[in-house]
Amino acid sequence: MNAPPACYTRTAIALHWLVAALIFATVPLGVYMVGLSLSPIKLRLYSYHKWIGITVLALSVLRILWRATHTPPPLPAALPHWQRAGSHAVHVALYVLIVAVPVSGWLMSSAKGVPTVWFGVLPLPDLVAKDKSLGEILTGVHQGLNIVLLSLVAAHIAAALKHRYIDRDDILERMLPHRPGGRA
Amino acid sequence: MSRLLALLLALLAGVSAQAAEIGQVQADKSRLSFAYTQMGVPMEGTFRRFSAKMSFDPARVPSARASIEVDVAGIDTGSAEADQEVKGKLWFDAATHPTAHFVSTAVKALGGNRFEARGKLTLKGRTLDTAAPFTFTPTPQGGAFDGAFTLKRLDYAIGEGMWADVSAVANEVLIRFHIVAGSAPAKK
Repeated sequence: MNAPPACYTRTAIALHWLVAALIFATVPLGVYMVGLSLSPIKLRLYSYHKWIGITVLALSVLRILWRATHTPPPLPAALPHWQRAGSHAVHVALYVLIVAVPVSGWLMSSAKGVPTVWFGVLPLPDLVAKDKSLGEILTGVHQGLNIVLLSLVAAHIAAALKHRYIDRDDILERMLPHRPGGRA
Repeated sequence: MSRLLALLLALLAGVSAQAAEIGQVQADKSRLSFAYTQMGVPMEGTFRRFSAKMSFDPARVPSARASIEVDVAGIDTGSAEADQEVKGKLWFDAATHPTAHFVSTAVKALGGNRFEARGKLTLKGRTLDTAAPFTFTPTPQGGAFDGAFTLKRLDYAIGEGMWADVSAVANEVLIRFHIVAGSAPAKK
């Protein structure tokens, strides 16, 4: 038997930070763009928001497949049970949300009658037919899911920083790029 | 409504004078739509209010005539925000130019059930020559005209100022029409 891995794989680390960066770009963009009055800039920003969102979705699916096929590094043995359970719950919820948030946006876009064309090149199928009231419901769903996502991201970051600067364990280190002898 | 009535009366007068097949246009079965791309995304909308006057006999194509009048404020782009925007000065300027119209100048047969109408298209007060191929499908009461043509919106100053940026909203707009004319009273 191999020794348990000390950190995440390079692929997992790259995907984690890439998805994080895209979320930190597209969520503020979404909040900003909805307040604009109609203009070419607004149309442009909506498209960028959708392109980034669909990119998050694609990378997230890849992440989940990678996570399912690669053993993550174990948590420190001394970690209390409630932290272990909390960490697990938040991670599961984050994985669900990084898929659910872009999917809800995609559905909303379809319901509003504006198909999504990824990077202006790849047309995505409309998952639902155009339907004004469904579009409004999905707008609420997309916003609500984003609020939950941002709350969990805040908890996730707070926990990582607590482990790094208060507990001084190496939980955050496992996801940082890269220590010598890291995993592929 | 009164304009529509006037058109219909003119239309009926035309029927008896010419004995050509002239259909009363059935607004509920007819459709005038437009398609364009916005940031590479195909979009479609319709003009909900338009009236048409058609005089058409497949046996006497050169004497055919068509006149279509569109109430531009009846535009439906699919979103209330965009409907409001396109009625404004930069787009159709519906307050100053409430109607768009097409009046044919020549109709010719292209073979089979295909024809071509040439004429003057007036949008936002600007008139240009245009041509639209169409098909004619006879029905017991009249017939259906189906056709499409592409126009460049900037030729008519539709979308000025910031909207002249065709990388956001394409210049080319495909106009599709499906006009059902029926209850022609005098088909020989």
